This record gives sequence, structure tokens and C-alpha cells, in this order.
Amino acid sequence: MSVILEEILAQALQELAAVHDLNELDKVRVQYLGKKGLFTLQMKELGSLDPDQRRSAGQIINQAKDQFQQQLEACKAQLEDIALSQRLASERIDVSLPGRGQSVAGLHPVTTTLRRISKIFASVGFKVVEGPEIEDDYHNFEALNIPESHPARAMHDTFYFDAHTVLRTHTSPVQIRTMESEKPPLKVIAPGRVYRCDSDITHTPMFHQVEGFLVDTDVSFADLKGVVYEFLRAFFEKDIQVRFRPSYFPFTEPSAEVDIECVMCDGKGCRVCSQTGWLEVMGCGMIHPEVFKAVNIDSEHYSGFAFGMGVERLAMLRYGINDLRLFFENDLKFLEQFN
Amino acid sequence: MQISEAWLRSYVNPEISTEILVEQLTMAGLEIDSVNPAAAKFSGVVVGQVISMHQHPDADRLRVCLVAVGEAEPLQIVCGASNVRVGLKIPAALCGAVLPGEFKIKKSKLRGEESFGMLCSEKELGLATDANGLMELADDAPVGVDIRDYLALNDAIIEVDLTPNRADCLCVEGLAREVAVLNKMDWLPTQVISAPISHQDVLTVTVEATDACPRYLGRLIKEVNAKAVTPLWMRERLRRSGLKSLGPLVDVTNYVMLELGQPLHVFDAEKLAGGITVRWANADESVALLNNQVIKLDNEALVIADDKQALALAGIMGGSDSAINDETRSVFLECAYFAPHAIAGKARRFGLHTDSSHRFERGVDATLQTRAIERATQLLIDIAGGGAGPITEVTTTAALPQREAVLLRRLRIEKTLGIALADEHVIDIFQRLGMAVQTQADGWQISPPGFRFDIAIEADLIEEIARIYGYNNLPSSSLLMRSELSTATEAVLDIDRVKDLLVDRGYQEAITYSFVDEDIQKAVAPETDVIRLKNPISSELAVMRTTLWCGLLKAALYNTNRQQNRVRLFESGLCFNKIDGETQQQKMLAGLVLGDAYSEQWGEQSRKVDFFDIKADLQALFSLTGCEVQYVSAQQSALHPGQTAEIIASDGKKIGWLGMLHPNLEKQLGFDTPVFLFELDQNLVLNKQIPVFKVLSKYPSVRRDLALIVKEDVSASEIINCIKSSAETALQEVIIFDVYRGKGVEEGSKSIALSLIMQDDTQTLTESEIEAIVGRLLALLNNEKNAKLRD
Repeated sequence: MSVILEEILAQALQELAAVHDLNELDKVRVQYLGKKGLFTLQMKELGSLDPDQRRSAGQIINQAKDQFQQQLEACKAQLEDIALSQRLASERIDVSLPGRGQSVAGLHPVTTTLRRISKIFASVGFKVVEGPEIEDDYHNFEALNIPESHPARAMHDTFYFDAHTVLRTHTSPVQIRTMESEKPPLKVIAPGRVYRCDSDITHTPMFHQVEGFLVDTDVSFADLKGVVYEFLRAFFEKDIQVRFRPSYFPFTEPSAEVDIECVMCDGKGCRVCSQTGWLEVMGCGMIHPEVFKAVNIDSEHYSGFAFGMGVERLAMLRYGINDLRLFFENDLKFLEQFN
Repeated sequence: MQISEAWLRSYVNPEISTEILVEQLTMAGLEIDSVNPAAAKFSGVVVGQVISMHQHPDADRLRVCLVAVGEAEPLQIVCGASNVRVGLKIPAALCGAVLPGEFKIKKSKLRGEESFGMLCSEKELGLATDANGLMELADDAPVGVDIRDYLALNDAIIEVDLTPNRADCLCVEGLAREVAVLNKMDWLPTQVISAPISHQDVLTVTVEATDACPRYLGRLIKEVNAKAVTPLWMRERLRRSGLKSLGPLVDVTNYVMLELGQPLHVFDAEKLAGGITVRWANADESVALLNNQVIKLDNEALVIADDKQALALAGIMGGSDSAINDETRSVFLECAYFAPHAIAGKARRFGLHTDSSHRFERGVDATLQTRAIERATQLLIDIAGGGAGPITEVTTTAALPQREAVLLRRLRIEKTLGIALADEHVIDIFQRLGMAVQTQADGWQISPPGFRFDIAIEADLIEEIARIYGYNNLPSSSLLMRSELSTATEAVLDIDRVKDLLVDRGYQEAITYSFVDEDIQKAVAPETDVIRLKNPISSELAVMRTTLWCGLLKAALYNTNRQQNRVRLFESGLCFNKIDGETQQQKMLAGLVLGDAYSEQWGEQSRKVDFFDIKADLQALFSLTGCEVQYVSAQQSALHPGQTAEIIASDGKKIGWLGMLHPNLEKQLGFDTPVFLFELDQNLVLNKQIPVFKVLSKYPSVRRDLALIVKEDVSASEIINCIKSSAETALQEVIIFDVYRGKGVEEGSKSIALSLIMQDDTQTLTESEIEAIVGRLLALLNNEKNAKLRD
């Protein structure tokens, strides 16, 4: 190796050792290996040598260059390590601080409850249908076998617009409207707002119901019982005790009231169930022949069942809400509990 | 209806506890609402008799009595009641007795006189809410016997909540019949003996409204003593049914109603002018009722009249002009069958609801009248004396309810209930229910008794089988249903997805009443016709909302009044409009935002929400559907004139509004911060564009930025629409990235900086082609919007 080359190498290694960061390192690299770098110049000078000498001198220069390059790479790796640990140290944050941006809100508990009910019934093919809330007397009462003077009308506390127009008192008119326009087999649930002219601690003038009905050629009370049992168990996610009691609705016969074992006290008796251990959760029955007659469905050929339940009541039982009126005050402190 | 358990058990007494009895009735469809003790808890009270008494030496109002209580020696008891007298039998509380309210009786001294107990009133025993002196017991009450045993107070009051179809159980005999059926026992109806006829006087009875009153029975009972005291046993049974004792004449009619289910009425016969007519009222007639209400009648009201005037609302309430009182000496006793259709709804029309109307509108047994009038006569004469005349009866047989046999087919039972029952079982159930059963090949002809108005069709009979068999004993099946695959409609977005998006963007869902305060409604939509409720629950809930904003604004105020300074709400629901006289019920989706754009957080400067925050939410919403909408500056009376956009679909349909609440309304409603609102027609929002695939270009896209000077009144969307209206196929996208006013831009103008993204499907665009596109666009913009390239 020529003296000059040795000096260049020594100087190069020395400079390399004095480098502090990647910037300086790159400068050193350019100074020795760049287009005008000292090693590069040495290589260029080979051209003036004899071809014999050129080969061996070239090898020597390459050796020196390789040596420098190895050192350079090692140095680079080391500096990169240092830079990385510095970056990691400087970028350390308090991960416990809250995230930024828009917060997520929530659905009203009535909507959540309705969605759960719909989902359970949709899973066996029930279709969701809606109807008008300002309803005519015919669909709300007459067609449901509740004529003008029927005592059951007194139980409905109806809001009137005129003698023939009411705010629907239940979701049952959707049953009529659906059967008027579609032919069996039918599997429908009809959720929605209903209205009763009644307001006190346990009544609000507006609330929600879900009506459900099924019409086909061979539907029996046993099927109704099965569906109601399975629904209630799915809704409360528990093998809950259910009982059916004879009751009366003008639009079903036989009619039943469905009680579940009180979910607050597991049937032991408490304030919510008036110490009876049972809670009334829905009304149901086999669709009355008069109702079928009103919609021109042959009750000799078809049979069906219908059920109706109060959504707020189910939501109250599910979430332990103790005051019905909270549902419509829309206090954020209430609503946000269900987010 | 409430009834004494002991009274019920006097007819049929199964060996079951009260609890089981109640459960039996409830599970048979006669729901028991409550069971309460017939008397409050007390002890140590016996039947006593005042043997002697003298005035208290130091107190005018007190007497010192010697009272026999069945022990060796009578007790000295001081008493202040005005009706205390020698020989009277009364409840005597002995020393050590505990009266209701944990009131302990001890030996005491009253103004120096010793007293070894207390003589009691009904109030003190918890048998009445008030009392006028001591409780007077019958002369034959056995001295020394515990008063609870004597009055049979260890009884329960059972409250039955009957459904409208079971009027037959609105009496003790009806309930006894059910209990007997459920326990497979026999029961004995009350024995009724016809009263001897002691005079021949009658009133003529004319029934004009024969359809409404198919049967009318009446008789005169003369020389009654209206001041007679109703016996304790009857008073107690009435009390346990929640009825007050009102003298023997009324008590007897009430008692027979509770016993047999037949409402009756007594008229003071001396106040009647001529005969009795059952007729529809005249239009200009009125009647003064027993409750002092004077009502104007019309020809839909059935009345009992004499020759002069309407006396009573038939089957609902008697009138004051013919009412009995303490002086009454002669009564006309009425016992009729009024058809349900004649009574139903009538009481409600006049704001009345009586025990009588309750029964007649549901149906009273049309075969019961003779038995009931004889029973009432018998009791009345027993208690108040007097003599009965012959019964006058007017019956229109053709108008009586026809109890036709109903066919029950064997196969139908199984089809409806999912279970086949043995013939004997079916026959047994109906026979026990008092129905005549006639067997035929495919089933049975079953004749319902007169008291069962609810049995008219086959389904009613099947319900009876289910009821007696027990709903809970019926099978339950896992439904095997015909299933069809449902369609997956892609062109309509699910509202749930939209709600979820709003929730994810920080909107809390609200549900507000569909009827609102007319003041808010007027303020928000002054020019809209409202639909008004005829019978609102209050003026705050009187008109149907025409916009969801009414409820959301109220809900927002509710929260700002409770220290919430950031409110984001949405609601989905119907709005109600009257358009050309037609009621329109339109599904809307609305939102309200006020306060900070973000909840308080570190590292970001807080700022108030503005128009473009809400617009971003709506843009996100519309991006779900892939439909392009335009936000057009417009005027809406509830919104700020400079911050209102009407949202218009590409087909020109008006989807809704977005804007800031008008500052006047903001102030009027009581907000202290700007409120932003949107409301959209839900059906239009949910229209979804089904995507159509476009081939991806293999060639690079280029971007050119332009700064345009336009007049202030040229909107950003006009510029973009102008560019998009060009026929440049290579133009892919236009983005506005800056709007500048100020130095370098003339007053009244603004600079809009935008990017054009261009890409061709078939080649790489050359510089000259790009220049040509930009040049053509600039010319178009200059032409249409007078836009100039900024220097």
C-alpha cells in the first residue's frame, strides 16, 4: 500500500471515529467515497498506470476502501441505534391521558329494547311493518271487533281529533292494515308509538308497543305459547318462569295475559310485583274470527295468533328503571346511562 | 268488584286456603287484584251490655257505666258517647285489649273516676272511617263473645278485576259458580221465597222502547219504615264490598245486586205521577239525577218516566225528584232487563259510571228478574216492614237475548289448542259451567245459560275448555313455520344504520311526545296549520307536531336548565301536517346541537360548534347512501337568514333543512348560546344509490391548482356545479382547499382556491392536453360565473 493511501485510510478511520451523528457520518462518507472522494480519486489515478500495475494497485485501493467501508457501516449502525433510542425516549407519552375527538353517544333505551325484540323475531322470519299513528276509528276499533258501544273502549282512554279519527291506542291496527293488503302466510311484528289519554306516575300519554301476529293454515294456541315462552327467555336471557292466564281482548279468542316470574325478586315477592312474584308483560291470543272476517280471510282455512307488549315496561324490567316518566324527559343524565 | 271471602264460602267452601282460592280464580281468568283483611288487627274486644249508668260528677259529657262483659262482675267503664244507654249492646275493649294502630287499653282514671276498658265505635275498631257514637250491636248479640267472632271479622276482602266479558261474575253467586266448577263441587243458590201479596195496588207499566228494555218488572210495597236499621250482617257484607249503608231501602237493592248480579231501583211511590213508562228521552228534556247533576237528554238516552217527566236514566242512575228518603212510606221497586246496547257507552257520555250501568252494559241475566224482585221484596219486608203488591211485568219475548246453541266441532278443539280431549272431559266441563250439551256426530251443540253473554261462537267455547283445563296445562310447541327467504333491499338504507352513524358522531337519541305545546309549535312553524287534539291531556300537549324541532328544543332546554352546556340530540318519528285538508304523517329525522364542538378535552382549544360541524355530520349521513345532495342558501322562518341551507336531492326533491336557530327564537325560547338544527325527510334520506362499477384507469392522475376571483354572491357550490357541468371526461374531482378575502382581493369579491384532479382512462394526459382542459374550464367559469384567474 502506498504511503499516501495509508495516510488517507488512517485519516479516514480517524475522522470516522470522531463522528457524532449520521449527518457527520454522511459528510465523511462523501469526502472519501463520493464522486470527488479521496478513495474515488485514487481509483481515477489508476488510469495513468501501466496495465500491469493497474491491477495490483487497484486491488490495494479496494482493500483500503473496503476496510473504510466496513468501519463506516459499523459506525452507521451504532449511530442509528443511538438515534433510535433517543427518538424513543423523546417520544414517550402518558398513555393514560384520554383520547381526543368526538365522543360516541347512544340510542334511547326504548330503541335499544325495540331493536332487541325485532332482532329476536326477525331471526325466525318475522317481518317488521309500521302503520300510521293518526288512525281511523275503523282500524283502531271496529275491525278489531270493538264496536262503538263496547265496554272495552272505556279501557282505552282514547285521544280524538274528531268522531272518526283517533291517535291509535295500540299497535293492533297494523294487524288489520297488513291483513287487508297481504295474504297469509303472515309473520309480522309491528313496533311503534301508541297513545292513551292518561298521565300519572305509572302512565304516560304516549308509549311504545310491539304487536306481533302470525297467520297460517295450522296455527294453534300451543304455537302461541311456544313463541311467547321462547321470546321471553331470549329477551331476558334467562330460563324465566312464564304463566298464561285467561283474559279478554275483543280481537282474540281464546285470550291470555302472560306473566313472568318477577325479575326483580326472582319471584319471591317485592314492591315491583306487588308481592305476587309475577309480572304481567303481554297480552295475546288466537285471532278472533270476527277480525278475520273484517279482512276477508277465511277463518275455517286459516288460523293465527297475535300478541302485544309494552316496550317501556320490558325496558324497565330489563334495566331496572323505576319511573316510566324518565323515558320522555330526555335528561342526558338518564339517556347516557344506556350508551 | 270486591267481595267477602266468607260470603263466597257460604255458598261453596272448598278445603283450600285463601291463597289457593285466589290463585285458582286468577288462573281461571278472574284476576284477583288484592286480598285484604276484612278488619284491621285488634284484640281483646268483646260484646258488652250497659247494665246501668250515671252522670260523671266532674264532667258534663262523660257517663260512668257498669258494663256486663260475660265475666262474674260487670266492669265500670267511663264513656263519652252520646248514644250510650242502659240495655245497649256494644263492643267493649277490656284492659289489655289492643285496638287498630297499636292502641293499648289500660285501666285508667278519667277525672277521678276509674275506667276498666273502653266502649268502642266502628271507627275505633277500624270498621269505618268515621262514626257517630258507639257501634250498636243487635239485641241478641251474646255478651262476652269476642267481637271478631261475633262479626266474623276474620275474613278477607277479595278484589276481583273482571274483564268486560265476565259480567256473570259481578256477584257472589257468579263467583260461587266458578269456584264450584274449578273445585268440582256443588253449590246452592240463595233460596228465594215469594212474598205474600198484601194489597192489589199496581202502577201501569208501559214499555215503549221494547228493544232497549225487553223485560220490566215492578211492584208497589206500601207502609215501609225507611228509618229501620239495616241489620249488621248486611251492613258488614256491604261494607266488605266497599258500599256504605244508606238506609234499608237502598241497602237491600245494593245487596241483591251484589248477591245475584241484578241492579234494582226504588222510587218513592208517593212522588210518582201516574204510571211508569220506559222510553227514549225527548230532545228538549232534562233530568235531575241522584248525584245532583242535571243532564240534558236527547233521543239516544233511555229513561224511566212517569206521566209528567223523566225520572231516571234507565239502568244508570235514579233521579232526585223520585228519590226515597227517611220519610218514604211507599216504594215502587223496579227490576228490569236493559239490553247492553241500550246502556253501553251512555253512562260514559254523561260522565257517569255506576254499579248499575257497569252491569247492564256488560250484560245481566235476562232470566233473573222475577227471582231478584222476589228476593229484594223478601229482604225489604224483613227489614223495613210493609206489604207487597202484585208484580207488574212487561216482557217482549222477541226482544230478549236469544241464547242459541253453538256448535263445537271436536276437530276444531285440537286445531285451536293443539291437544285432543276425551269427549267425556269436554262434556263435563260444559255441564259444570251450567251449559246444556247435546252430542252430535262431529261434536256438540252447546247452549249457554242466560248469564253467559260472552258465549256466542265456537272460539268462545274453546276458550272455556282452555280456561277450565288450565292454560298452563295446555301444550306448548316449538313453532315449525313456513319460511321464505326475505329480500335484501339495497336501494333503501336501513334507518338503524343512520341512527348508528349519528350516535357514533356524538348524538344522543331522544324520544319526545308527538303532541306539543302550541306556543312552541307556533314559534317554530308560524305559517303551518296544526292538527289539534279534541281532548288533550294538557295545553302543553295539545297539538300534533309539524316538526321534530318542537320536542328537541324542549328537551335541549330541559338539559341546559340542568347545567348541561353541550347538547347533541336526534330524534326519528312522525310529523303531522294538514295539507289540502288531508292529514299527512311523514317520517322525519331531526337533530339539534348546541355548545362546544367537542366535549372538554386536553390538548385542543375548545370552540363552539358551528354550521359546518353539523354539515359534516349530514355529509357523512348522505355518504352512506351515495346520493349527491345540494345545500342551497334559503329562508326558513325558524332559522337564521344567513345560515340556512335547504337540502335538495339530485332529482330536485326537497329533503330538508339545516341551519342556525333564528336569534329571535333563541332568545324567546331561553337559550343563551346558538343552536343548530337539521330536519330531513326520512324516506328521502334513505334512498340509496346502488354502486355501479367503473373500470380503474391504469394511467396516472394529475392535479392542477387554481385560484379564482369571484363576486361574494357566487357560492362555492355554484363554482363546483359549473365545473362539473362541463363535458370534460378526464375531470375526476374538484376540491376547494381555501377561501380568501382581504389584501390583494377586491372588496366584494373573494378568492376560491381549488384543485382539479384529472385522469384519462386510455392514456397518460400530456401537458398540452391538461392545459387545454384547464383553459376550457376557465373560459366556462368566466362565462357563467364571471370568475377570473387570480394573478
